[in-house]
Amino acid sequence: MLEVQTYPTVGEAAGAMDDHARFLGGGTLIMNRVNYGDRRFNRIVRTTDASLSEIRVEGDRLEVGAGVTMAGILASRDLDFLSPAARAVGGPAIRNMASVGGNLMAPHPYGDLAVALLALDAIVRMANGEELSLEEFLASRSGVVRSLLVRRPRGDEFRFRKVSRVKPKGVSVMSMAAHLARRAGRLSGVRIAYGAMAPTPVRVRAVENALEGVSLDHAGITAALSAATEGLAVQDDPIASGWYRREVAPVHLRRLLLGEDAR
Amino acid sequence: MKSPVAFRLNGSETAVFVDPGANLLDVLRRECGDLSPKYGCGQGSCGACTVLIDGEPHVSCLVLAETVAGRSIETTGGLSNGPELHPLQRAFIEGFAAQCGYCTPGMLMAAKALLDRNPSPTRSEVEEAISGNLCRCTGYEPIIDAILEAARQRGAA
Repeated sequence: MLEVQTYPTVGEAAGAMDDHARFLGGGTLIMNRVNYGDRRFNRIVRTTDASLSEIRVEGDRLEVGAGVTMAGILASRDLDFLSPAARAVGGPAIRNMASVGGNLMAPHPYGDLAVALLALDAIVRMANGEELSLEEFLASRSGVVRSLLVRRPRGDEFRFRKVSRVKPKGVSVMSMAAHLARRAGRLSGVRIAYGAMAPTPVRVRAVENALEGVSLDHAGITAALSAATEGLAVQDDPIASGWYRREVAPVHLRRLLLGEDAR
Repeated sequence: MKSPVAFRLNGSETAVFVDPGANLLDVLRRECGDLSPKYGCGQGSCGACTVLIDGEPHVSCLVLAETVAGRSIETTGGLSNGPELHPLQRAFIEGFAAQCGYCTPGMLMAAKALLDRNPSPTRSEVEEAISGNLCRCTGYEPIIDAILEAARQRGAA
């Protein structure tokens, strides 16, 4: 028999978690499992803590509560740089429910927002106050998230692209995000992230390394395109085969990097 | 153990006891007797169960019922004013926007949320508004046309 436990603070909710409990955010992941009779958990833990829905701004540094929805991102002028990724998640009804924290837990091939946050080098603040990189968090995906800390990108240095067969709403064939910092006209400290190209959203070091010190043009990105899927274990699923994803990844990476038909 | 939950359903105060883990769709259909929202996929993919919570569309199959305490729920069951159909309902009928009809309640609520917020939407705004609602019969064009026609009629009224 399922039990629902509601706590006033996220800290108390986190303290109630164990292997047989699932934390309920917006509901799009957990209620799906409940509806399909998942017996791996017998408790739903939730909180009414209003701080999870807050967006705090300190200069170019933002703290986004784990309970902020995709619709909440789209309604926030401070988070306009995340709009392309938030808009890529589901239809309007799902965006009114799906939360930032939940997107970090979304199984392959979902989690488009997490791809954007990964390229932005977001920090995950856990319910107990511990902070870890999003990349570290995605490696274990355990614990209850309180908020995400992210810096606003400057100018056009951040880009996001989702590739899907159905528009405007469709599951990702792949999603890609890039943070293209430049120094003296050359790329420097670039971050590239993919979604649906591995079991979780991932940074793509081979591409990042190939972009270091080059100019952002056709000639400069040639080596990066050759390394587009290097080191990735790309999966088959009902949306696309791993082979197809590997074949088209360089095309979409080029479009992302050069801002071709940006969306 | 069941929990008491009170909310407004189509303008009427409603109180029910819900099973732990029950979703809003089941509560509306089984406890409240409102059969207008439909069960389609149970995973938020089809939109047949779309209802408005405080004016915003939600897929009710993924809403934990006890989270709607104190909130306002609107379903297709409350769209008409007695025998007088809502402009969207009239436009769907006149434009043959329903074939099997299973997706229609979700489509209507997604469209109502759009028109309440944006009385004169563009075609692409309508497409975006119903992008979370699947229809396997009509090919969508009659539905989009009906929503645009309802907007025109409301604007002319």
